[in-house]
Amino acid sequence: MSDRIELAQNAAGRSVPAMVNGRPQIPFLGVGQYQPRGRKAAPPICSSKDYPENGDKRVANLETALRNCGLRNGMVISNHHHLRDGDQVALMALEAAARIGVKDLMWFPSASFPSQKGAIELMQSGVIHHIEGSMNGPLGDYCTQGKMRGMGVLRSHGGRWQAVQDGEVHIDVAVIAAPTADAFGNADGSHGKSACGSLGFALADSTYADRVIVVTDNLVPFPCVPWQIQGNNVDYVVEVDSIGDPAKIVSGTTQITRSPDRLRIAEFVARFLREAGIMRNGFSFQAGAGGIALAFVDYLRRMMKEDGVKARFVRGGSTKFLVELLQEGLTDYILDGQTFDLDGVKSIGSDPRHVATSPFTSYNYHGKGNFASLVDAVVLGATEVDVNFNANVVTHSDGRLLHGIGGWQNCLAAGCTILAVPSFRDRIPVIIDEVTTLTGPGELIDVIVTERGIAINPRRQDLLDAVKGSRLPIRPIQDIKAEVGRICGGKPARPKLGDRPVAVVKWVDGTVLDTIWQCA
Amino acid sequence: MINLNPSTSAHPAEAGHHGQDVRSDLQVAVEPRDSGGLEITLESRVGLYYGGSILSQTRQVLESLGVKHARIAIHDEGALPFVISARIETAVKRGGLGGNQKALPEKIALPEPTPRDRLRRSRLYLPGSEPKYFINAALHGPDAIILDLEDSVHHAEKDAARILVRNALRAVDFGHCERMVRINQLPLGLQDLTEVIPEEPDLILIPKVERPEQVSQVDRMIDELKSRDRIDRSIWLMPIVESALGVENAFAIATASPNVCALTIGLEDYTADLGVVKTLDGRESQYARTRLLNAAKAAGIQAIDSVFGDVGDLAGLRQWGENSRALGFEGMGCIHPSQIPVIHEAFAPSQGEIEKALKIVAAFEEAQARGLGVVSLGSKMIDPPVVERARKLVATAKAMGTA
Repeated sequence: MSDRIELAQNAAGRSVPAMVNGRPQIPFLGVGQYQPRGRKAAPPICSSKDYPENGDKRVANLETALRNCGLRNGMVISNHHHLRDGDQVALMALEAAARIGVKDLMWFPSASFPSQKGAIELMQSGVIHHIEGSMNGPLGDYCTQGKMRGMGVLRSHGGRWQAVQDGEVHIDVAVIAAPTADAFGNADGSHGKSACGSLGFALADSTYADRVIVVTDNLVPFPCVPWQIQGNNVDYVVEVDSIGDPAKIVSGTTQITRSPDRLRIAEFVARFLREAGIMRNGFSFQAGAGGIALAFVDYLRRMMKEDGVKARFVRGGSTKFLVELLQEGLTDYILDGQTFDLDGVKSIGSDPRHVATSPFTSYNYHGKGNFASLVDAVVLGATEVDVNFNANVVTHSDGRLLHGIGGWQNCLAAGCTILAVPSFRDRIPVIIDEVTTLTGPGELIDVIVTERGIAINPRRQDLLDAVKGSRLPIRPIQDIKAEVGRICGGKPARPKLGDRPVAVVKWVDGTVLDTIWQCA
Repeated sequence: MINLNPSTSAHPAEAGHHGQDVRSDLQVAVEPRDSGGLEITLESRVGLYYGGSILSQTRQVLESLGVKHARIAIHDEGALPFVISARIETAVKRGGLGGNQKALPEKIALPEPTPRDRLRRSRLYLPGSEPKYFINAALHGPDAIILDLEDSVHHAEKDAARILVRNALRAVDFGHCERMVRINQLPLGLQDLTEVIPEEPDLILIPKVERPEQVSQVDRMIDELKSRDRIDRSIWLMPIVESALGVENAFAIATASPNVCALTIGLEDYTADLGVVKTLDGRESQYARTRLLNAAKAAGIQAIDSVFGDVGDLAGLRQWGENSRALGFEGMGCIHPSQIPVIHEAFAPSQGEIEKALKIVAAFEEAQARGLGVVSLGSKMIDPPVVERARKLVATAKAMGTA
């Protein structure tokens, strides 16, 4: 990578590279300002003549499949992350690529996990050129230390779909781990010893990639029912002993936080929804699988019962706690993006009201609408929030990569976006003057809930009015910040970030929102 | 022989804790030396943000303790400034330096003194050696917090906890909570008083009280310290009775000082003293609890129940609390914030009780206005003690925000 990278200032006042991995970029223009024209990307036309008439697309192993797909130096290879930290297929595919002598690949996972740190060796040996996808832990450090040859590109789940659909990223070969599949390539995630629930993150890959390989450890005779991945998009099927470690694919039980401070935050969030009148018959909400989010669902459930209120739908990351809402009749549907625990997997596999969705239906900004904006309230986390309600979810305050964006940016489209965060962590204030890395523009973030009080974005006078007179501790954001400053003993020093971009944060429309700089 | 040269008796020492699972604390190692000035090394989880601030604070603390030559190694896990000062001071003193000097953190405004008969439904125990629990304790809304120097503190950490609690009384905002300190059993408890009384806690809990003399001893010591430091606000006493002998002497204990505002019971030790098992319905301590209660009421002070030890059993806690209130107790101890709202509900008068009491009070006022000596409600005549009880209940409910 050349050391001189041209920078431009975007509409959020952030310096961003004009060129990323050889492609010219559009700096963030403001929320809703960038509307590209043109047509979507598309895979090549294929003929049934080139596929076995008996539908049996099996080949002996991944090397054969990759060779048959024509994998060459510099191509893009993709994976989904539904098997989370238990996934074995992504590394299996990359190592197979290494064995057939391919170099300089761009690895395009929908997210990466700590157990995939083997990708570092593959970058060092030249098999992988760079990664476009979330990078945490050792991979994140490798990137922020400036060791990756290309620039990292962080996209939201919806943004990944948008990039594929708009042709920003062309997937040459998609390798899809499938907990159940038939020899034709129909595949599903809700059954099998490595069941993971929905396979929604692999849908873009299966429909837009030039070549598609399904890898399964549970081959069933045709037809694999239900099928979320359509075999008609699939070139090859590879059978392996194991696609992942079930213990790390889903957690046996997802745990509610036991921290009294975090429980207090969760209870405030639930009470806010109730007192602001958002929790009413037919409403909808989304909450993740973090400790605070789970506790929030538990509090909200009690309040819904007390008030006799029922939701029309809830959005997952599904967990036991959402499944219980469904079973108790407190929601009509779960619209599930990914499935976090065994109860979730069991439910999506057996209850027709628990529906698998995809980043296309839920999150894609370049579509004819998406579900995220139909959700009444969403509860999210953040590593930092600034006094203008801008938030960071990808880096530590020292600039090191910490989290992927996930669906976080996409969820900001909800009717009421709530960030549930402690007011400080290890003496480091969470509410600060300016976020280290801008991941979400403040104009889309409505409420910050901390254990010391609730700050409502002044842009949302309607919410301020709705909770006027309630017993909730509504406070100006500056007020909470000042109190925490007193507790922590003054303002933290601002770590000096490097001046060489190592990764970029994309906004949901594909424009560049901010830059991750090299750290020591 | 008194050694007048401190540097010859000084030795390396440590204080505090560090490690991956430690939060909001730090470890300080002090190695005194005869020359060479101060050499400070710092490893901190928050070094990038507060490294400079921690180093300058360390120098200030050492200066106020009169330490001029030493190697100091700090492993910090994101401790707040009042904890940093306390750990450095403890290490310095353990190393035989510092003499009687204190490194006091900046003092925040002292809250109003608490009235003798204030609401004391819930008091949250905070282990005196665990600073991470201090800062957010008040957010959970207990009527009081107890900075504990006794059972929750290992005997090797008593000196450290004393300094930490002293600093917390100066620097931590405990909001609307009454600030209580549980000292150690005498005579160790007297050393605790020397350290904490200058910081004006609202109340001292005295553990394992068996005789009135123990209360008088604490009371005298507090008086001496108060007059020395010209403190003129009240510091209340709450003796904890934890033995058969203590129960027998309950009334004498309750009346041992005019500063005793409440009497409470420690059931773990009491049942151990009796050699019986503590049960969920508490029948083995029924006698002790009612005896203590009667003694407290006879002395005109509050009676406060023990803690409920099973944090996971909130239903059991509620039942215990409701029964406790029915017996005449006015509050309980808490060992986890989740117990606080349950206890507040258990000790709150029911809506029915409040309505009835309001009716009785209204009838009484009407009778007064009409100059009638006899108060009646419907067909029933209301006796003066019933009126008095109703007035108390309405006042309590108002204080709890339920009427």
